Amino acid sequence: MEPSTQKLIHTFGALADLGQEIAGTGDFNEMVRTSMHLLLGTLALRRGAVVECNGPGPLRCVSIWGLGDQFFSGVDIDEPEMKAFLAGEISDSLVQNTSSSNPFLGRYREALAGEGIELVLPMIVRGEVTGLVLLGGKASGEEFSNDDFDTIRAMVRHIGVGIHTHRLLEQVAQRAEENRRLYDELRAIYRDTVQAFAAAIDIKDKYTQGHSERVGRYSEIIAREMGWSEEEVEGIQIAGYLHDIGKLIVDRDIINAPYHIDAKSSSELNRHPAAGYEILSPIRHPYADIPLMAKYHHERLDGRGYPDGLTDEQIPLGAKIVSLADSFDAMTTDRPYRRRRSFEDVVRDLRESSGKQFDGKVVAAFARAILKEVKGETKERRVTKMLGKGYLEGEQVATLLTDLITDLENEVTRKSATAQTT
Amino acid sequence: MDTPSGGLVRSHCVGTTAVVYASDYLNKLTGEKIERECRRQLSCGCRALVIDFSDTKLVNSIGISILLGIIDVAEKSGARIAFSEVNNQTVQLFEMLGLTRHVVLAKDEREALINLSRFEATTPVVH
Repeated sequence: MEPSTQKLIHTFGALADLGQEIAGTGDFNEMVRTSMHLLLGTLALRRGAVVECNGPGPLRCVSIWGLGDQFFSGVDIDEPEMKAFLAGEISDSLVQNTSSSNPFLGRYREALAGEGIELVLPMIVRGEVTGLVLLGGKASGEEFSNDDFDTIRAMVRHIGVGIHTHRLLEQVAQRAEENRRLYDELRAIYRDTVQAFAAAIDIKDKYTQGHSERVGRYSEIIAREMGWSEEEVEGIQIAGYLHDIGKLIVDRDIINAPYHIDAKSSSELNRHPAAGYEILSPIRHPYADIPLMAKYHHERLDGRGYPDGLTDEQIPLGAKIVSLADSFDAMTTDRPYRRRRSFEDVVRDLRESSGKQFDGKVVAAFARAILKEVKGETKERRVTKMLGKGYLEGEQVATLLTDLITDLENEVTRKSATAQTT
Repeated sequence: MDTPSGGLVRSHCVGTTAVVYASDYLNKLTGEKIERECRRQLSCGCRALVIDFSDTKLVNSIGISILLGIIDVAEKSGARIAFSEVNNQTVQLFEMLGLTRHVVLAKDEREALINLSRFEATTPVVH
């Protein structure tokens, strides 16, 4: 094979490898190191370095070969030097060319020559110097030919593009990270605002302080047990916090009545889910269906709920969860006209109301979550804390929950078998 | 006895000369393994290196760069280096790029060892 043909094949191979390396998504430093090796190996050069610059200032050595580790530390570049590189010809990049008008070479010629560097080439991408490539020590001992210059120029441009692309990707990643941080901050502000609203709702009702926050937390616990995503769980927690926001328009005396209210007052109080929907609808919530969960949290599976008398499938699952959390908190906290009910009593009520007021699957999920706490299978004991010391203690608690879960799951199986046969 | 080192690189010592066997394709991956092995042999006191290319069909640019690095390290350690059983195409490449100015080319491992032992007998090792 003719030497020139062989050289061409060798160079083409290197260019192909270089393109592959630069297009890769691997480690940046490794990409530069490999690219430099490819360049050195193409012309059999014994020394080389790739340095990066971000405008005038210190140069950062990304990769070095055949030179001391400290080579290039403390070297900087200024604006006129960068401009000279942009305007210069390749002959201006030859270290031994004392007639070169490049001030950078003027400043560092001696040091570069002392290290055996013969050529300092700028990597220019989109009219900017992104760095320099320093080369020297042809194994053949020959001087650089015009063919060598062509090869070097092509490969240096490739490496420059690689560095530039890496920078762009870094900037995109930084912006994405910044946006994520801002988004998290906004979500935190939103959550804090919603919690403040929840507190404002509850302040109106002196007997149910902390109710909205507890409903939010119970809803979150149920949704998590049902396998909802983190985003959905956050959404339902917010819905729980805001489910009673419509009470802001209900007369304080009706809310705080220390006895069973009459029909007129009851009708006034029953307006709160629809009013809540009206309040929440114009707001662009970061989570779906929050207004609907507030609107339908008093609907029942048997159609006897309000405001719309929806039945089972018509009620959004989120509203079913909030509904259970709301009722559970009502049953397990003292009210003006009664003390809170025993856990045994609550479990019995949940069993009897499943399929009529509550969705059995939702009740079963809540029971499973509480049972996990009771058995010590969870790190936090959140339900226990909200219910207060002693409420979930006793051997019968686990049994009650287990029996409830079994009953409800059997019910679900039975229903599904019936549905299949019909 | 040949000892595989770093997983794939075979090598053995004849006196103070290490013989390291290059694989079928000398690229970044295999080149770095050979480089590590050569450095290890030099740091263990070897005064000469033979890199045997009997299995090597192709050497790419990174392979060339790595070989130059090995030559540099060997020169700095005062060690001599020989390449043995290099195929014709690779010999042409080494000649074209000037690598043959820095290494002894031998037709096989035995000839490389003889060449290097002659050199060792006449040249004091510089540390």
